[in-house]
Amino acid sequence: MTTGNAGLELRRVTKEFGGGYFNKDVTVAVDDISLSISSDQPGITAIAGESGSGKTTLARLLMGIVAPTSGEVLYNGKNVSKMSRSERSEYRREIQPIFQDPFEVYNPFYKIDHIFTTPVSKFKLASSKAEGRKLIEGALESVGLRPDETLGRFPHQLSGGQRQRAMVARALMLKPRIILADEPVSMVDASIRATILDSIRQLNRELGIAVVYITHDLTTAYQVAENIIILYRGSVAESGSVEQVIKDPKHPYTQLLVESIPQPDPKRRWDEYNIGSVAEARQTQGCKFADRCPAVMDECWSEVPELYIPGETRAASCFLYRETPVLTDRDLAATFASSPQAAGNGQGP
Amino acid sequence: MTLTQSDATATRPSADDREVVLDVRGVCVEYGTDEGQVQAVDGASFTLRRGERLALVGESGCGKTTLAMALMRLTRPPGQVTDGQVLLDGTDLLQLDAQEMRATRLAGIALVQQGAMNSLNPVLRVQDQMIDALQDHGIQGSKEELRERVGDLLERVGLRREVARMYPHELSGGMKQRVGIATATSLDPRVIVADEPTSALDVVVQRQVMVTLGRLQQGLEAAVILVGHDMGLVAQFADTVGVMYAGKLVEVGPVEQIFEEPLHPYTRLLIESLPNLREKRERLEGIPGLPPPLINLPPGCVFYPRCPAVMDHCTRIAPVFEEARSGRHVACHLYQETGARS
Repeated sequence: MTTGNAGLELRRVTKEFGGGYFNKDVTVAVDDISLSISSDQPGITAIAGESGSGKTTLARLLMGIVAPTSGEVLYNGKNVSKMSRSERSEYRREIQPIFQDPFEVYNPFYKIDHIFTTPVSKFKLASSKAEGRKLIEGALESVGLRPDETLGRFPHQLSGGQRQRAMVARALMLKPRIILADEPVSMVDASIRATILDSIRQLNRELGIAVVYITHDLTTAYQVAENIIILYRGSVAESGSVEQVIKDPKHPYTQLLVESIPQPDPKRRWDEYNIGSVAEARQTQGCKFADRCPAVMDECWSEVPELYIPGETRAASCFLYRETPVLTDRDLAATFASSPQAAGNGQGP
Repeated sequence: MTLTQSDATATRPSADDREVVLDVRGVCVEYGTDEGQVQAVDGASFTLRRGERLALVGESGCGKTTLAMALMRLTRPPGQVTDGQVLLDGTDLLQLDAQEMRATRLAGIALVQQGAMNSLNPVLRVQDQMIDALQDHGIQGSKEELRERVGDLLERVGLRREVARMYPHELSGGMKQRVGIATATSLDPRVIVADEPTSALDVVVQRQVMVTLGRLQQGLEAAVILVGHDMGLVAQFADTVGVMYAGKLVEVGPVEQIFEEPLHPYTRLLIESLPNLREKRERLEGIPGLPPPLINLPPGCVFYPRCPAVMDHCTRIAPVFEEARSGRHVACHLYQETGARS
C-alpha cells in the first residue's frame, strides 16, 4: 500500500517477547505481518484466532501500546514511534479501543460519568460544561442508552451490556476514525451480544468509522465483518473476505476452526474427531501448523509457506496453493473485498 | 412455594423406557440478603434417564449453576435449599447426612467444574491429586495399583499415561479440563454434572473436550447435566434441553424439537438471537430488556415484561409448568387454556 494513505498501517511488523538475560525463550507473538486499515474507505476487519495466536498483541501494536521488535507502525503515513506530541495526541484520539471486560476498565470508585468527562477535558472536546454534557448525552443516546439512567451511577449498578455500550459511547464521543474492539462481546450474554455488535456495525455504516474486530469467535466475525484475517501462532494463516474465508476455507487450520464451531443446529452435529491429536510438540522450522495439519507434506516441516492467492479476495499461507500467485507486497488489505462504503469510491481491490 | 410447578413430574418422553436415574422434584434455592430473600431457583422439576444428556441453559443469573450445585449438595450459605427432593436411584440426596453425601459424590453424582485449571493444586503432580481423590472415596490399593488406575483413567480421556507425573502448569487448558473429567468420572458415576466445562477453551479444544466427555459418558452410560449458555454447544451435545429464566424452568424438551419449534417465547428469542454461519443478517437483534431482579418477583409470569406475546392475564397469573404436548413441557399461558396450540 502506498504511503500517504489515511489510516493505520503495519509494515512487516514482528513482535517478540522474552529473550532477556534470564529468559532465553523468545516468543514470537506477531510474526512479520503487513496490513493496512484504511480510514478513507472504512470497513470492518476481523482479526481472529485462538488464544496465543497473537491477536491481542496485534491490536496493541495498532494502538501504539507496545512497540514492534522490527517493522513499522504508521498512522496517516507517519511512524507512530516518531510522532510529535500533538501528532500523538491526535493519533490517540482518532484510534479508540473497546476492551474485552466491561467491568475491568471502570474504576469502581468513580461514577460512570468519569470515563466521559476525562476525555472531554483531556482532548478539549467542549468549551463549557453544558456543551460537554450535551456531547456525552448524544453519545449515550446513539448506542441506545438513556442518559438519565446511566449518568450518575456506579459501574456495578449497570449490567454488563450497559457497561459495554457505555464504552462504545465513550469511544464514539471522541469522533474516532478507527475503532479497535478487542473481544468486545466475549464477556456478555448471547442475548446482549447481538445488540452490542449491531451498535458497532452502525458506527461503521452510519458514521464511517473503520472497525478492527478482534475475536476468537468466527460466527460473530462472519456476522459483523467484511474481511477477516485468521492468525495462527503469530502468523497469518488465511486472509480475505468473510464470505470466502468462512464459507469456503482454504487453509487446513481455518477448515479445522470452522468445522469446530458448535453450530446451533442439532441436525448437523460434529463428526467424529481424532481426539488423540492434541498439539504438544512445537516444531520451530517450517509451517507452524505442520504438527496438527491433516494435509501435511514433506516441505511443510522445513520451509515456511508464502501467502498464496488461490482466489480473488483471499490469501492462504499453505503449500497446497503453491501453484497460485504469491501476495508480493504482503499487505493483507490487498486480499480484502471492498466494503460497501469503499465500493462507492470506486476503488475495489 | 410454587406447588404448581413441583406437581409436574416433568420430562418423560413416553417412548423412552430407559430407567430414571435422577428425579428432581420442586427444588427451591433461596439466598438471604439484606434486602430480602432471593429466590434463585424456584421449583425446578425434571427427570433424567440413564445415558441421557440434559443441557440447562439461560442467561447469566438465571439460576442454572445454582440448581446444578443444589443437586450436588454444594449450595453454600447464604444460599439454602428450601424445598424439594433430589432422588438419585430413589434416594433423596437432600436427606443424606454429610458422611453419606461425601460417599455419594464422585460415585453417584460427580461434578466437572468450570475452569478446571483453577481446581487443580499447582504444587502437586496430577497423579497425587487423583490418588487423593480415589483414596478419599474409599478406594484401597498399593501405590502401584493406584498409579495404574490413574493411568487408565487418563487414557480414558485421551491423555497419555505420562501426564500423571506432570504438574498442572505443564498442561494446556484442554489437558487440565480432561484431567478434571478423568477425576470426576474415576468412580463411574451415574450422573455427571458439567458446569460450563469448556467456557475458557478455544473452539478446537472445546470440541475435543466435549467429544471426550461424550464418549466417556456413553461408555459409562452415565447421565449428563450440561450447564451452559452456548446454544451451539447445547445443540451439538444434548438430547434434552431445559431452559431457565429468572430461577424457573420455563421449557424442557428434546433438543431437535426445541430448536425446530421452540414453544416458550423466551426460548424462541434465545434461539433467534444467535448469530449463525449460514446467512449474514441485516440486523443483529438481541432480546430487549433485562431479566428481573429475583427479589420480590411480581405476580404473573416472570417473563412478561420482555415477552412479545404478552397477554392480559400474564401480568397477574403465573403459568403452570406442564406438558403442552407429548414430551414437551412449558410454562406459558399460550399453551395453557387449550392444552396444546394445534
